Amino acid sequence: MEWLMFVPLAAMALITATLVIVLRNPVYCALSLVGTFFALSGIYLLLQAQFIAVIQVIVYAGAIMVLFLFVVMLLDLGHERPLWLQRDRPRLLIGVGAVVLLLLELVIPVGSWTARVPQGSSTSELMGGVGNTQLVGRLLFTEFLVPFEITSVILLIAIIGAMVLARR
Amino acid sequence: MTATVPLSAYLILSAALFVIGVAGVLIRRNVLVIFMAIELMLNAVNLTFVAFARFLRSMDGQIIVLFVMAVAAAEVAVGLAIIIALYRNKESANVDEINLLKG
Repeated sequence: MEWLMFVPLAAMALITATLVIVLRNPVYCALSLVGTFFALSGIYLLLQAQFIAVIQVIVYAGAIMVLFLFVVMLLDLGHERPLWLQRDRPRLLIGVGAVVLLLLELVIPVGSWTARVPQGSSTSELMGGVGNTQLVGRLLFTEFLVPFEITSVILLIAIIGAMVLARR
Repeated sequence: MTATVPLSAYLILSAALFVIGVAGVLIRRNVLVIFMAIELMLNAVNLTFVAFARFLRSMDGQIIVLFVMAVAAAEVAVGLAIIIALYRNKESANVDEINLLKG
């Protein structure tokens, strides 16, 4: 049952992510990135992280991608040359080689990973009882209160910085 | 719940997404698409956090994902402002033509 949900979502995430780096028109890239975000949101639901899934759609697919699309339309970007017609083929080959190496390095340890780690107390029964959002909120305002406040300062500085940088 | 998806499946999916993001940064020349590839990498790492949070029965991973999202939002706002400022000076979004620091 879980596989029935996981496989289509994972396939959608991988296909749309590939489209992001292959398509030539930046608007299409942005739209396929939205597809990736929605697929990841579904996977978060599978992982019983409902609050994160909703935030993923609202913040990433909603706010961040709207910013991206605004800038794409503001800048009037021309079409990039297709990847296979780019001048410097060596750089392309080096890039693909580095990427394959990195993939192997990331995937091979996963197969042999057997470390025993202590398990926390947030079981699915607890989550079914009080709900994921309440658990997140309780932690956020007790144990993680200081990082939470620092986050708000970061966002404030980002707002000011963006205004200063984009001003004429 | 007989055939549940193991942790390694999520980790492999996350590694694949991260690597696609790295590939995007390495082979694309449009600065906006490079930025989107960076977002892709951030999302891959978020997936790892949530998967571990689920399989280690801990909420801490999900909290960290919230912070990553907040920092990503700040990064996007500042980064896009820098891109707009660059475009005003150079009339181009190609990273090959932005080489002021190249000596």
